[in-house]
Amino acid sequence: MNKRKIEMGVGCFILLGLCAVLYLAIQLGGARLLGGNTYQLKAQFSSAAGVNAGSRVEISGVRVGTVASVELDSMYFALVVLELPRSIVIDEDAIASVKTSGLIGDRFIELSPGGSDSMLNDGDHIYDTIPALDIEDLISRFALGGLESKGD
Amino acid sequence: MIRTIGSSTLCVVAEFGGIANFAVLSIYEFCCQRRRLAKWVLAVHEIGVRCVPIVAIVGLFTGLVMGLQLYYTLARLGAEAALGDAVALSLIRELGPVLTALMIVGQAGSSLASEIGIQRNDEQIDALQTMGIDARGYLVGPRLCASFICFPILTACFDLIGIFGGYLTGSVLLNVDAGVYWNHVFSSVQFADIYGGFIKAAVFGFLTITICAYRGFYTHLKSSSRGVRGVSESATRAVVFSSVAVLAADYLITSFLI
Amino acid sequence: MSDKFLSISGLKKHFGNNRVLDGIDLEIERASITTIIGKSGIGKSVLLKCIANLVLADEGKIQLDGRPIIQSRKTARQPGGVCFSYMFQNNALFDSMTISENISMPLLETTSMSTHELHDEVEGMLGRLELGDVSSSYPAELSGGMRKRVALGRALITKPQIVLFDEPTTGLDPERKFSVLEMIANYRKQFGFTALLVSHDIPEVFEISDRVAWLDQGTLRFIGKPEELELSADLELSRFLDMANYGRNKTE
Repeated sequence: MNKRKIEMGVGCFILLGLCAVLYLAIQLGGARLLGGNTYQLKAQFSSAAGVNAGSRVEISGVRVGTVASVELDSMYFALVVLELPRSIVIDEDAIASVKTSGLIGDRFIELSPGGSDSMLNDGDHIYDTIPALDIEDLISRFALGGLESKGD
Repeated sequence: MIRTIGSSTLCVVAEFGGIANFAVLSIYEFCCQRRRLAKWVLAVHEIGVRCVPIVAIVGLFTGLVMGLQLYYTLARLGAEAALGDAVALSLIRELGPVLTALMIVGQAGSSLASEIGIQRNDEQIDALQTMGIDARGYLVGPRLCASFICFPILTACFDLIGIFGGYLTGSVLLNVDAGVYWNHVFSSVQFADIYGGFIKAAVFGFLTITICAYRGFYTHLKSSSRGVRGVSESATRAVVFSSVAVLAADYLITSFLI
Repeated sequence: MSDKFLSISGLKKHFGNNRVLDGIDLEIERASITTIIGKSGIGKSVLLKCIANLVLADEGKIQLDGRPIIQSRKTARQPGGVCFSYMFQNNALFDSMTISENISMPLLETTSMSTHELHDEVEGMLGRLELGDVSSSYPAELSGGMRKRVALGRALITKPQIVLFDEPTTGLDPERKFSVLEMIANYRKQFGFTALLVSHDIPEVFEISDRVAWLDQGTLRFIGKPEELELSADLELSRFLDMANYGRNKTE
C-alpha cells in the first residue's frame, strides 16, 4: 500500500539520516558522549608557538589526546592544558615537549612517560617541559656561527 | 520622498512580522491538531525522502569538483596532503548547508508554494477553515516541523557524500594517498564546525519553508496577477526569496559563529 | 423566546467603490430552510462568506445561536462553538484525496471517532449519495454532478447545526437536482439543521424552502414565504421571477 511505502521510506530516511549525523558529530567532530572519560593535565612552556586548542598529543608517535586550551599564565608562560583518556596514565616525571611534524608541519605535544611511581591526577602540572624549537632562530644561529659560540 | 521611504520601511517591517507570525501560528495550530504524527510523516517524505536523490547527486559532484580544483591549487604550493582538510572543512562549514538548502528549495519549496497557492485559488483553504481546521496548522505546520529534522539530515548526507567525492578524485584519480586524505579529514574537523553546520541547516530549513509556504498561502494577496499566473508567480518568488534568504542568513550566521 | 438561530443586522461590505452588501438584515429560525435568490454577481456568495467568517464585513453584527460571531482572521475556530458547514459553489474538494478521504476528512480531523465508526459513517453517506462505486476515485475523475454530491456529503457528514449551501444544485440534471434538494430536506427533518441556500433553480428550490429572500442592490428587498413571492407588488421582483421561469420553460 502507498501509505506503508511512505512510512517505510520516512523510517529509513530518519534512521540513516541520524546515523549520518551521529557519524559526523562523533567520528569526524570528536564529540564526546561520555564526558567523564578524560582528565586534564597542565604544562608550562616558555614558548608554545604553533600549538592550538585541538592540536594532537602523542606518546611515542601515537595520538592519545588533544590540547584543550592554550593560555598565558601570570608569569607570562604559555599554559597548555592537555586532555587525555583515563586509560593513559602519566608519571610525575614525564616530559612534555612541543614537536613539529616534518620541517614546517603541524605543531603537536609529545609526552615522554617517566619512570616515577607517583601518578599525575586531573589538574596536576607536568613540570618538565621542552619549548617549541624556533627554526628561524636555529637557522640564523647556524648561518652566523652562533652554535659554536654557544658551545664555548 | 521621505514619506515613500517611511512607508516602504513600514511595509518591509510588517512583512517580516507577518512571516514570523505566520510561522509561529502554524506551529502552534499544528500542535493543537489531531493526527500530528501522520501529517508529520507525510511532510518528512515530501521534504526529506524525495530530496535524497538530488542532494546525493549534487553532493557527489560538488565533492568531485572540489577534489579536482583544490588538488591543482594545493599542488602548486606543494601541499596536496591538505586536500582532506580543505574539502572537509569547506563542505561542512559552508557548501553543505547552503547547497543542500538551495536544492531542497528547488525540489520541495517550489512545489510547496504552488501546491498551497492552488489550494488557495480553489478555495480549498477556505473549505478547511469552514470545517474548523486551521489551514496553517494543517498545511504549513507539519512541513515546518519536518524541516527542522530534514535539513540537518540531508546536510549530513551531503557532507559525507561530498567528502567521499573528494576522496574519489583526490586519491583514486589523482595521487593523494588515501590514508593521508582520510587522516586529514578526521583531524581537521572540529565539533564546532559540525555543530555550526547543523545550526545553519536548521535555520535555513525554517526560513525557506516558511517563505515558500507564506508566498503560497497568501498568493491571492501578494501576487500581481490572478489565478494560475498568480500561482506561478508565487512559486517563482518563493524560490527566489528563499534562495536570497539562505545566502543572507548564511553570511549572518557565519559572522556570528566565527 | 423567539428562537432566532441566525440573526444578521446592518451587515455592510464593499470592494473598492462597489457596495456589495449595504445593510443586510435577516433573521432565520432554527431548523428552517431559507433560500436567497438574486441575479448573478449581486453578492449572495459574499453574504454567505461573511456568515462563515471567510470574508471580513465592514460593519454589522452576525449572531449565531444568540452569540455573536467574532469576525477575525486570527483563528479558524468555529464561531460560538456551533458546528456549521459550508458547501462551496465550486465544491472546493481536496483534489489530491480520494472521494472517501474527502468525505471523511472533517470527521477525521475534528472528532475522536474510531476508525471503524468513521468507516461506517462514510460508507453510509456514500451509499445515500449513490457514490459507492467511485469511493476510491479522485475528484477530477468525476462528473460535475458527482462532485457536487461529494461536496454535499462532506458538508453533511459532521451533522452540522447550520449549513450554508452556495448553489448546491447548479449543473445537475433535473432528476439529480430534485434528489439533492430532497436530500437537504430529509436531512433537515432527520438532524434538524438550519439551512441557508443560494440558488438559481427558481421554481424547484421553493419546494423545500420555508422562506425566500431576494437580494438586490445590496439589500434584501423581499423576505417571506415562497407563496407570497408571486403576490409581491415589487415590479422588479416579478420581472426577475418571470425571466427565471421563462428561461426554464424555454429550455424544457
